[in-house]
Amino acid sequence: MKTVKSQFKFAGGVHPDYNKELAREQPIERLPLPSELVISMSQHLGAPAKCLVKVGDFVRRGQIVGEKNGFISVCVRASADGKVKAVEKRLGPAGAKADAIVLDTTVKPDEGEPSAPDAPILPPLDWRSASREELLKRVEEAGICGMGGAGFPTAVKLNPPPGKRCEYLILNGAECEPYLTADYRVMLERAPRIRLGVEIMRKILGGPAVRIAVEANKPEAIAALEKAFADIDGNVEIVVLSVLYPQGSEKHQIFATVGRVVPEPPALPIDVGCVVENVGTVVAIADAVEKGEPLLERVTTVSGDAVAEPKNVLAPCGTKYSDLVAFCGGEKTAPAKVVSGGTMMGFAVSTLEIPTTKTTSGLLLLSGKKVFQYASGACINCGRCLRACPMGLNPALISKAVDANDIKAAEDAHVMSCIECGACSFGCPAYRTITQSCRRAKNSIRARIAAEKAKAAAAANK
Amino acid sequence: MTIAIVCIAGVGLVAAVVLAVADKYLSVKEDPRIGMVTAALPGANCGGCGFPGCDGYARALVAGTAPNGACAAGGDACAAAVAKILGVEAASTERRVALVKCCGTRSEAIRVGDYNGICDCNVAAMTAGGDKGCTYGCLGYGACANVCPKNAISIADGLAKVDKRLCIGCGKCVAVCPKKLIELVPASATVHVLCNNPDKGPLVRKVCGVGCMGCHLCEKNSGGKEAGHFVFQGFLAKVNYANPPEDEQIVAKCPAKCMSVDPHFESGH
Repeated sequence: MKTVKSQFKFAGGVHPDYNKELAREQPIERLPLPSELVISMSQHLGAPAKCLVKVGDFVRRGQIVGEKNGFISVCVRASADGKVKAVEKRLGPAGAKADAIVLDTTVKPDEGEPSAPDAPILPPLDWRSASREELLKRVEEAGICGMGGAGFPTAVKLNPPPGKRCEYLILNGAECEPYLTADYRVMLERAPRIRLGVEIMRKILGGPAVRIAVEANKPEAIAALEKAFADIDGNVEIVVLSVLYPQGSEKHQIFATVGRVVPEPPALPIDVGCVVENVGTVVAIADAVEKGEPLLERVTTVSGDAVAEPKNVLAPCGTKYSDLVAFCGGEKTAPAKVVSGGTMMGFAVSTLEIPTTKTTSGLLLLSGKKVFQYASGACINCGRCLRACPMGLNPALISKAVDANDIKAAEDAHVMSCIECGACSFGCPAYRTITQSCRRAKNSIRARIAAEKAKAAAAANK
Repeated sequence: MTIAIVCIAGVGLVAAVVLAVADKYLSVKEDPRIGMVTAALPGANCGGCGFPGCDGYARALVAGTAPNGACAAGGDACAAAVAKILGVEAASTERRVALVKCCGTRSEAIRVGDYNGICDCNVAAMTAGGDKGCTYGCLGYGACANVCPKNAISIADGLAKVDKRLCIGCGKCVAVCPKKLIELVPASATVHVLCNNPDKGPLVRKVCGVGCMGCHLCEKNSGGKEAGHFVFQGFLAKVNYANPPEDEQIVAKCPAKCMSVDPHFESGH
């Protein structure tokens, strides 16, 4: 095991104000069980889970309430004991409504004792003697998906298609989003768990080399990881990355750690022999295997200058934002903007009634001082977005094409490669909403491709 | 000089022979009816029939792969003209127009945030579901107005309105609306429910002053359930356009004030 400095630097990127000092010294605190949980069936990327319970049912902590529905999907488990109050469509952070179960956690079970908050749900496995298939199955039945933000089903990622081999397992501890410190605290406080997770994943993936990527502004986390990994055998390196947004992006992390470039979509990291996992996900895998604990709770950073006491909260999935804010001492000043996730890629939300999911890394309440009211102007062709774009795209061209409703031109400008990191909008002196334009173009293209596929399928059926 | 003239003339002669031969042996025979049908169609190229423009529809009609009467813009007269050319029966088409099923203006429906992104409903809907408190309602950023080939849709007071006289019923607005609240309805129907929120009454009332609460009064006043003028989706009344109510008195009796007599925007243009 050794610590090295990253040899590769990607072109582009920006330096937003990190504002991490608000919550970085706050140890992870467990949230007392809220009286109501809203468990969404769509906490991951891919097909939403199929709801298995109905109003009036009493569910146990860890019980499967949503069934895996398709290949790219994961199951959803109840985060606590409770009675199902309602099964209805609830607004998620991204603005889409999805089926959700509303649990009243104050109801006691009719028979038996209430479940303890950390009682094992699945039989613990010894990872050394368990087979690869057993471990993969455990990851799948624990309902684990990527906890960095996108929520890709982890069992799918850890099971490369035939003919593809994982050469590098990359642990994403960059946490380049401003304000967020959840991954930092996990690395600091749970480094031994990360090591255990790495050993399990190495077994599942057939012994790849391991690279742990951490930004240089987290020396304490690097020290904690060095201590935990000191006596590990095999090819393991901690790679210290330069401080640059979006260093935590999967593709840029692969380049920064091993110098490989992921081709244009639909190519995936596995096509260049890499699997990237967030450090939080690795801990979840360790817990699922060794303790038999499915993914029921996660660390979320509650921060921003409008929160009384910024904290890193360990909360059950399905906690309403309002409960998180109340736990952090409420609002210091009236927030002008509430963001689910980080300030660069997070979603602005209009209500605190939205529940957390397996992918909620942060909740930010920003006062009027931090929120800039702007009006978009015309592009002045300064080229700042071209310099900022980490994917080497021409964001100005794309945004002008979308303004003219010319989605084809945006597609020709490779908008599908856009990772929506927000670096272009961040530096735009005309305050153009470039990332939004890219997102719109991508949605239109995806809708068109889906329609074409449906048409082709209908024609084939005929 | 002479050589140049001879060369050019020679090249010209050879090219003429090639073209003449090509015309004789390589020509594509096109059904003359395609041109006639294209001329009979309105030429709006709106795409409402599902084919690429009027020419594409005409080809499909002549090939017999498309039903006559799919052209909403041309209506009955067009279908009859096509029927005459092709010698098939004219399908009767009732003229359909777009209806925006929301009446939550800026003063009636609350807005929960300041949205200052791209002025397009689909983009706004990606941002926390839009800035309107009612997540089913019209956002008023004009995605429908932008795709309308006839400029029949205008945005006023945060709400899209369709000019019934200009609408050709192509359905482009129906497809583009992220809230799926535009419906093609018979142009002859006069009583409409202008709401798209299936939630329970108290929830609707929290976000909009003119939202349907599902009280069933419209159904009662129009002859009860047996009359079948309304269908209910959750707590939302919907006009059964196969059997629309004719009694316009029921509109004034709606306690939620979400019903309207012929709400089509008739001024302007």
